[in-house]
Amino acid sequence: MSGKETIERWVGARYPRKEDAALLTGNARFIDDMEPVAGIRHAAILRSEHPHARIISIDTSKAEALPGVRGIITGADIAQTIAPIPSAVRVPIKFYPIAIDKVRYVGEPVAVVVAENRYIAEDAVELIEPVYEELPATADPETAMAENASLLHDDVGSNIVHHRTFRYGDPETAFERADKIVRLSWRYPRYASTPMETYGLVANFESQPDRYTIWSNFQGPFILHALMTGALGVPGNRLRLITSPHSGGSFGIKQAMFPYMVLLAASSRILGCPVKWIEDRLEHLTASSSAADRADGVEAAFASDGELLGLKFDNIVNVGAFVRAPEPASVYRMHSASNGCYSVRNIAVENRLVVTNTTPIGLNRGYGGPQFYYALERVMDAGAKELSIDPAEIRRRNFIRAEEFPYKAPAGATYDAGDYEAGLEQALELAEYEDLKLAREQARANGKLFGIGMAAGVEPSGSNMAYVTLAQTPEERAKAGGRSGGLGTATVSVDPSGSVTAKTVSTPAGQGHQTVAAQVVADALGMRPDQIDVITEVDTLTSAWSLASGNYANRFSAVVIGAIADAAEKVAKKIKLIAAENLEVAPEDIELVGGNAQVVGVPEKALPVRRVAAQTHWHPAGLPKAMEPGLFETTIMNPEMLDAPDDQDRVGSAVTFGYVFDLAAIEIDRETGEIEIKKYVSVHDVGNVLNEIVVEGQIYGGFAHGLAGALLEEFVYDAGANPQAGTFADYLCITAPEVPELTIGHFNTPSPHNALGAKGMGDGSSMLAPTAIANAAADALGTFDVELPLTLNKNWAAANGLPYQRAGAAKAKVGDGPREALASKGGLNGEGSVELSASPADVWKLLLDPETLAAVVPGCDKLTQVSEDSFTAEVTIGVAGIKGVYNARIDLRDKVEGESVRLIGKASGALGFGQGEGSVVLERIDDNCTRISYNYNANVGGKVATVGQRMLGTVTKLLISQFFRGFDRRLKSGNANDKSSGSIFRRLFARRAR
Amino acid sequence: MKPVAFEYCRPDTMEETMELLAEFGSDASIISGGLSLGAMLNMRLVRPVALIDINHLSELADIEIGDANATTGALVRQATAMNSPGVVSGVPLLAKALPWTGHYQTRSRGTLGGSVAHADPSAEIPLILVTLGGVVKLQSPGAARDVPAREFFHGLLTTDRRADEMITELTWPLRRDNTGYAFEELAQRHGDFAITAVAAEVVVANDGDIIDLSLGLGGVEDRPIVANTSAFLGKPATEETAREIAEMVAETIDPMIDLQANADYRRQLVRVLGARVLSAAFVDATAATEVA
Repeated sequence: MSGKETIERWVGARYPRKEDAALLTGNARFIDDMEPVAGIRHAAILRSEHPHARIISIDTSKAEALPGVRGIITGADIAQTIAPIPSAVRVPIKFYPIAIDKVRYVGEPVAVVVAENRYIAEDAVELIEPVYEELPATADPETAMAENASLLHDDVGSNIVHHRTFRYGDPETAFERADKIVRLSWRYPRYASTPMETYGLVANFESQPDRYTIWSNFQGPFILHALMTGALGVPGNRLRLITSPHSGGSFGIKQAMFPYMVLLAASSRILGCPVKWIEDRLEHLTASSSAADRADGVEAAFASDGELLGLKFDNIVNVGAFVRAPEPASVYRMHSASNGCYSVRNIAVENRLVVTNTTPIGLNRGYGGPQFYYALERVMDAGAKELSIDPAEIRRRNFIRAEEFPYKAPAGATYDAGDYEAGLEQALELAEYEDLKLAREQARANGKLFGIGMAAGVEPSGSNMAYVTLAQTPEERAKAGGRSGGLGTATVSVDPSGSVTAKTVSTPAGQGHQTVAAQVVADALGMRPDQIDVITEVDTLTSAWSLASGNYANRFSAVVIGAIADAAEKVAKKIKLIAAENLEVAPEDIELVGGNAQVVGVPEKALPVRRVAAQTHWHPAGLPKAMEPGLFETTIMNPEMLDAPDDQDRVGSAVTFGYVFDLAAIEIDRETGEIEIKKYVSVHDVGNVLNEIVVEGQIYGGFAHGLAGALLEEFVYDAGANPQAGTFADYLCITAPEVPELTIGHFNTPSPHNALGAKGMGDGSSMLAPTAIANAAADALGTFDVELPLTLNKNWAAANGLPYQRAGAAKAKVGDGPREALASKGGLNGEGSVELSASPADVWKLLLDPETLAAVVPGCDKLTQVSEDSFTAEVTIGVAGIKGVYNARIDLRDKVEGESVRLIGKASGALGFGQGEGSVVLERIDDNCTRISYNYNANVGGKVATVGQRMLGTVTKLLISQFFRGFDRRLKSGNANDKSSGSIFRRLFARRAR
Repeated sequence: MKPVAFEYCRPDTMEETMELLAEFGSDASIISGGLSLGAMLNMRLVRPVALIDINHLSELADIEIGDANATTGALVRQATAMNSPGVVSGVPLLAKALPWTGHYQTRSRGTLGGSVAHADPSAEIPLILVTLGGVVKLQSPGAARDVPAREFFHGLLTTDRRADEMITELTWPLRRDNTGYAFEELAQRHGDFAITAVAAEVVVANDGDIIDLSLGLGGVEDRPIVANTSAFLGKPATEETAREIAEMVAETIDPMIDLQANADYRRQLVRVLGARVLSAAFVDATAATEVA
């Protein structure tokens, strides 16, 4: 389609995206392209390299003295300038956008440097000297929940910062009646949909009157505007937020930049200059935001015929170091749809939010959906297996039936429209399900690991802001006053020249809002989409916005599009009124076609819309009586079904409920652990399709993000809560070649909740692909115990019944039974033994001799014996050009003369820090030969761990080998009996066979 | 993600380059494609006083196919080598491995010499050079020297190159009669650092016995290594032998451990990929023999 031709109806057409030309030709402007005020200075942020530590002092004097530095802001400055940022959870946690007294996660801001340019700012960051007192840290929610856990927020008295239970129907009786109860528990990994463009902003403070202006690529929701004004202590009209013309992807992540907006706004105020900050990728991967990792469990009660009688969800959410707004929403977004696609009405839910020494979580594509469906849809597959019912059939038997819509779900959601069984049938047909099952049988007969997995889900869209208040008890809510709604706003105007502009506050990040809005307005006004300009930049001082404005929860086609259609209708109506008077017919007889207002059936009797529009501006006196001049219509609409939660915690959480059914067939290579996706079918009910190109793009994108969580992406933390995946070398972001072809099906039931019959969409398979793939893997491997992401090594180990713990990963594994965390040290582990040509007594003497240690510890520049069993040293460690000087302390413990000793070491330097423990055991072989056996466990933190994870194990081994090589040399130089002809070390460390 | 300040030098001749190396020595970093160095600079993992940009040394950008060897200047781009007919026919193992080096875009900028100088344990180009028994030519202000590739790589990102030397040329032995080649690697995503990469050059006699064999492993230890397979010379070039060799080699290595893979898995990949690569190389050699 050229886009220039005129067709009867643009909505529903495969109209090419209006946005693409600018994006593809480099003409789109992003936040880093903007220089909205003169005299901008640039910020760099000093971040904590410790997961948990008390801040003793921060010496900024050297940094301040650096030429080009405008100033340095620390937590103390910020605490004097702003108030804490409010939270939805009522616990005594003061959340500032910068560390005040403690650091609680690696990457938490500690100081802001503002300088002439980013280079100088980063130079100055290196000159700041913070002094910390380290505290015990954990990234693991179950460890953090333990009695004796180190507390992140002392005033709370526990790391569990939110705990609520819910009960719908009669779950207890349902479980008593059950023929079969299926229980699962698992860890859901932490990952995020890393957008191409990171956070960016320019913040400027002006006086007389005091006003903050922030240009940014913030995505909303604009309810956070209220939190920001609260922290900054200004009325709403004194915080002006302006968004950039384009945003390079968000997927929810750019919601969580609001603390940085507050931080840099306050910095601008303190230093008296506009400040620009563009987040870099290192900052983004360690300290922006992600979806939650969870330690969840589920129980399902089934009758023997497969009827799902009841569900119990046990959700433990690792919320990160703070409960950053809108958390705990991630665990409540799916809450009112806890029955999924099924007619089960007996449901119990227990939600616990746990703080750990990890980056705070936030919005991410699917927001709470992937984690929820991992529970529901895995237990449906497990139930099917246990009851020997086909997984498609068990779902079919439990689906809400087509004639039951609109369907009131037990926890309060109103499902607007659907036909879940028809969608399933379509998916089975597209997948050729019966053939697929035969193929599985055949593959298995040949010893192959072939699995089929499926998942079904509703897709809530257009959120009720009130669902977040489920975090409070009905009594607390009653006290706080009602909360509800999800306003959509839009403006459509026609200027004196007759050109049309539509304005939304939907802050798109690539979704194609401009295209679809133009289609809708074109239909209403009888024009072409290319004639409609759509402005999506938000300016809170000039745009029609409200709390719910922004780009999240699939709200564009669920809510915003209704406001656009309504505003366009109002303009059309006015045009018709004017044209009717001019043409002397009734307004009902006017239609808008091809740029004209014409009389129905008499197309030659027509006026160009352009002329009508001109009249409203040029000749208002000639307008019909009592008509307002101009053509400028704004609609603010609230979907009526969005009310406050009732006293039984039921809430209509969203406007429309789409439907997704995914089916995956995979084969796992027993030899290499590779997963081949043989087939992936995804059927969607998005209501009426507004633009198939846009819809398909969203379906593919959602699928890619879901697949990423299933197979590749994870923010790994070690046992000491040090992040291990700080670059794209270790955080394996999915790219196009990893995404297989999708078989997409549409099965559309128009929504009555929306003028266009559309439902929200976009999360799609990001919610279901992790589960469909996990179910397929479980089917292939013959176990319910699978854990995402399904990496090569993990799959190979699982396929061959071998234990596997990801190096550097701290997550304790949880079994099927009662929650029993298996202890795991994580970090770098190793062991080895060497034989030395000396007696144990000689080896022992030399091993504890400071002079020897100084000579053989790799890179040791200086070694001091502090006490009999303590040493401090200055060591230079490095490979290639990556060198650092470290201050180390080594303590000897549990000395058994001539036999064994335990070493505890700690080192810190510019590139990072580490601590470790090792033990050394001496064993006499003969008078001239001693075997030293050693093992070690080390945790490395700081930059070197975050960005150089790949190299750590190798470097550790290298250092140990250097140590023993030096030791051997030393031993020999002092040992006349040296059998130098064949040093074991020379053999051990000689280059391997050429 | 901004480098520390450094002096930027862009010599136009080798003489100027050598003067700069003499002046800065270990304080200098040489940059060609910058694909690894750029990231290390930005992350401030390396902090050179001077950056010597050799992209204007056009004499280092040539590929020459001689009688027994191909020589590639240090500045030859990976994409150029991959698409060079001389490399494809003369050094087929390099041509087979290059599509696995990074991505389409990075190969347009990345150089053969840069990859060898950086010495990542997983990198394909050093692996192929070691497998084929190639040579690294180094130039210092005073002298030039040739280092056999198998002695050039010392360990993780560490080589035999001295601070005042730069790599000027790589020498690749040309395909001989009765020779077969194969390459395979596995990573989580195509273009990632290989968890394990395996390259093989085999010479198979007309009677089907193995005359010569070089099995290179990348991503397994701290540098590309060539397995000791001498026990298998004279054995028949069959799938079974391929499996036996891979099995034996897998037991002798001391693999790295990282976030992506543990030692057992790397050993397993040596077993699986080793057997596949050797079998493919045997087939390739037999085909070459038949043509000859």
